[in-house]
Amino acid sequence: MAQSNNSIKKILTVAFALCIVCSIIVSTAAVALRSKQQFNQELDRKTNILEVAQLYESGMDVNETFESEITPRVVDLRSGEYTDEFDPSTYEGFQARRDPAASRTLSGEKDIAGLTRQENYSTVYLVGDPDDPEQIILPIRGQGLWGLMRGFLSVEGDGNTIVGITYYEHAETPGLGGEVNNPRWQAQWEGKEIFDEEGELAPAIALVKGGASGETEVDALSGATLTSNGVTNMLQFWLSPEGFGDYLARFREGIDRAEAQDANVELESSGGA
Amino acid sequence: MSAANAKSVLTTPIFKNNPIALQILGICSALAVTTSMSVSLVMTLAVIFVTAFSNLFVSLIRHHIPSSIRIIVQMTIIASLVIVVDQILKAYAYEMSKQLSVFVGLIITNCIVMGRAEGFAMTNTPGMSFLDGIGNGIGYGFILMTVGFFRELLGAGSVFGFTVLQPVQDGGWYVPNGLLLLPPSAFFIIGLIIWVLRAMDPGQVEENEFKMKANTQPKEAV
Repeated sequence: MAQSNNSIKKILTVAFALCIVCSIIVSTAAVALRSKQQFNQELDRKTNILEVAQLYESGMDVNETFESEITPRVVDLRSGEYTDEFDPSTYEGFQARRDPAASRTLSGEKDIAGLTRQENYSTVYLVGDPDDPEQIILPIRGQGLWGLMRGFLSVEGDGNTIVGITYYEHAETPGLGGEVNNPRWQAQWEGKEIFDEEGELAPAIALVKGGASGETEVDALSGATLTSNGVTNMLQFWLSPEGFGDYLARFREGIDRAEAQDANVELESSGGA
Repeated sequence: MSAANAKSVLTTPIFKNNPIALQILGICSALAVTTSMSVSLVMTLAVIFVTAFSNLFVSLIRHHIPSSIRIIVQMTIIASLVIVVDQILKAYAYEMSKQLSVFVGLIITNCIVMGRAEGFAMTNTPGMSFLDGIGNGIGYGFILMTVGFFRELLGAGSVFGFTVLQPVQDGGWYVPNGLLLLPPSAFFIIGLIIWVLRAMDPGQVEENEFKMKANTQPKEAV
């Protein structure tokens, strides 16, 4: 028995048969469970969006609240305008980044967040009235220390004040960089401002070591310099005109314009949002 | 071994021949997933499933496995089962699979699974091997749950997520011991469990492999 088992023919037959059987089992499981897994991922993403908007309570019906509170819209990152070219509920900017027709390559200097490619259209989530949102939730991503970090940043309707930040996918060191999801660290983002007074379109928000002071500074994560740099870089990138800068500018201008109108009624409004 | 009856195959791995406490296998995951009991429980169930079925399948085809590629054959079976478990967890226990993250995948490298496939299933009938897999999985899980119980109770003041000792930060009296949430504490608890098991059953204490000489006297050294 042992003799024939070790013949080359037998070895190849067993190895081949085993591989076929195992691959069939594995792929069956993967295909059969895919829809369920995608549903879970979707639910997890919605939960994260509600969390960053501070609308989440444990035990709530996530899908229902998401439907009633949040309107997804697709934004053209190049112009900052909404587009109806894609269905916001199915469009995936993260996947579109690989499509040469719907994305662009980032060259070294511009690519501070380490993305290599960036999609042209991205989905934003609006809380409240879509024409005059209370909050705008932006997807952000960039390189941390060990890999890509993906998360959401929620900004108030003024396009400047931060409500919260969260990461739903990252591979940072637990206890150090992994503290990006520590509620205590996340809490200090509330009320911070993205742009300083003279900042124009360059975002000023950054993580700083040794105690944050001022409206545009947040405490860095202790023991996680590279993760903190990653967070700063991805915010600076996504909030600059390369990312959502032009889009956010519309909200800030909207407010400036409203104030100007109050001051001088004769000043012609140029159309609003 | 081949004459072993079903009951002893199932129960000896729990106390008498525990894979973690006596064979000191599978320590790595025992450190990593025991910070809370619910995570330990899911990990236990996953390992029981994988050891039981990998033993079953290896035993079923044991007469056809060429000895020159037997390890890779076992690994392929184990890896396939682990991927299936991972997929099921992602579909039905998404939160849990996020917490367990890579450790489900690392069941592949858990020495208990491989050890039982090579040591038991290759020479025993499928039924016995299946029971042996369940028994060893339970033995692993018993240690995991015990470690998880102490770590969660003393480290976070709760059991299965329910608060038992009200921690200070929530206005209670209990000051949680942060060390218990860190991996080294699992070493301490596993060490204590091994001590208790060997005190109850002195047969588990290994013979010294070599004897140390009595201390050299100072004058002899001079």
